[in-house]
Amino acid sequence: MTLEAHVVVQRGSLGVDVELSVGDGEVLAVLGPNGAGKSTVLRVLAGLLPPDAGRVVVDQEVWDSTDRHVPPHQRSLGMVFQDHLLFPHLSITENVAFGLRSRGMRRVPARAAAGPWLDRVGLAGLGDRRPGELSGGQAQRAALARALVGDPRVLLLDEPMSALDARTRLAVRAELHRHLGDYAGSAVLVTHDPIDAMALADRVVVVEDGRVVQAGTPAEVARRPRTDYVARLVGLVLLPGTGTGAQVALDGGGLVAIAEDAAGPVFVAVRPESVALYLERPAGSPRNVWPLRLVAATPHGSVVRCDLTGEVPLTADVTATSFAELGLAPGADVWASVKASEVAVYTR
Amino acid sequence: MRRRPDPGVPLPLLVPALLAVAFLVLPLVGLVVRAPWSSIGPQLAQPEVGQALRLSLVTASLATVVSLVLGVPLAWVLARSRIRGRSVLRALVTVPLVLPPVVGGVALFLVLGRNGLLGRPLYEHLGITIPFTTTAVVIAETFVAMPFLVISVEGALRAADARFEDAAATLGADRWTTFRRVTLPLVAPGIAAGAVLCWARALGEFGATITFAGNFPGTTQTMPLAVYLALQRDPEAAIVLSLVLLAVSLGTLLLLRDRWLGRGSGQGIAA
Repeated sequence: MTLEAHVVVQRGSLGVDVELSVGDGEVLAVLGPNGAGKSTVLRVLAGLLPPDAGRVVVDQEVWDSTDRHVPPHQRSLGMVFQDHLLFPHLSITENVAFGLRSRGMRRVPARAAAGPWLDRVGLAGLGDRRPGELSGGQAQRAALARALVGDPRVLLLDEPMSALDARTRLAVRAELHRHLGDYAGSAVLVTHDPIDAMALADRVVVVEDGRVVQAGTPAEVARRPRTDYVARLVGLVLLPGTGTGAQVALDGGGLVAIAEDAAGPVFVAVRPESVALYLERPAGSPRNVWPLRLVAATPHGSVVRCDLTGEVPLTADVTATSFAELGLAPGADVWASVKASEVAVYTR
Repeated sequence: MRRRPDPGVPLPLLVPALLAVAFLVLPLVGLVVRAPWSSIGPQLAQPEVGQALRLSLVTASLATVVSLVLGVPLAWVLARSRIRGRSVLRALVTVPLVLPPVVGGVALFLVLGRNGLLGRPLYEHLGITIPFTTTAVVIAETFVAMPFLVISVEGALRAADARFEDAAATLGADRWTTFRRVTLPLVAPGIAAGAVLCWARALGEFGATITFAGNFPGTTQTMPLAVYLALQRDPEAAIVLSLVLLAVSLGTLLLLRDRWLGRGSGQGIAA
């Protein structure tokens, strides 16, 4: 089962133009900041929003094209919404059985078919409750069961975990991973959380301002981000420049020494933990040394994340101990160094 | 008003507010105080009273049923569909709200009377006469009361989260199934509130009824008409009839509030 889509739609000032392809049993994450048009793409795939142009094809069956629009209720799909949207007037069993009932199954067999799904998502025995009597994590599990119960060809997940607290999110993510592994159709997961994308997806497309800016496996995207947004998400500093042999001339000025030769337009990616800070210019080997100014320092677990400006804008993660020993404060002038071997370079 | 006035309410607001309460409550108190309690039994036992009361309850309930059957779909069209001219439609629907009921009665007469636009063919081809019948009472009451239902149900539909309907659509429900199984249950409190309002308005309907249906005991003489008539020949009887009407409307409102509009009723309009 495959989903092929080219979605072109104008939403206010945002023009969305996104191409997607999701294979059999594959999970595609659509990653992007709020307002990038991710949910709009999902609404088009669901049939809730007719596209201005483009097409949506599932297993050679045209769902959307210039002269055809299959309404949502005639599409074989399941959708999980951010805030579960379980029907408050129906019990959990009736919610899960809803899709079967509206597709023509009688009440008793539909309820019987819903039972095993409640077991599978760990809600056995809670079928008679109302949605209001469930915790956030339980409600989202019920919503997943409701979406999967008819074995739809396409599964759409719209920020399914963003309404959950951190601990619940961890548990639900693990379960979702299991269910997506069992799922035979094409799944599209919309999220702004890179961890969701990395943990759940086989492939990632990054959408910014209505356009795909990067596509690849989660590992590729994490290792070689192509936009500042993705770089920040995966904790890298991204510096565009031009390779001139053993060094890169950055577009924003400044030179970075690299371990392997590079030529032409490239990205330089630096991990914050590989940046070392000094009060005096360090003597010795490092070739990459810049005088920078500390503009902000925020604690991140056991490290302090230091944002630096100057010739080469960098972010450095230093341990809380060394941060205290250096006696740093915003506004302080520091020397930053990075080993050439710690700098990743790849073509733009 | 048993709670002591909040010391934070400024005097320029408190005084008019108290006056307003007095203005609204005093007439009802007067009605109760002036009631001829000794003769209330024989007054109520008169057959015309029972007759008028029964007719009022039956016609108001029928008018409410007609309003529900026609008005809820209309409210849905106004709130959810994307047909053109919706705002014009809404304006037209609300005209009976502001129209003097007597004018409504005259208008109904011109359309459904024996020489009316629809009334003449009805009479000539089917032998049906509408004015001055119980049917006319129901029609007059529906004309005046249905907009109350439409407006409050439309408000409830607009307040309801339409994304539940999206969710239903992704689960294979067409719009009609979605309406029956999701929308209707979600706005049920709003519909109940609208129905109560509609029923109360129909129960008290006077102007359109007397114009279009006349004032015939047993067929078209509802309680408000009976009260008006009694006031001219027997004021005591008018007071008793008014008390009955007051008790019926208050009782129904309280009963329905407890049963359907429990949990404080988010719709507010039924209060």
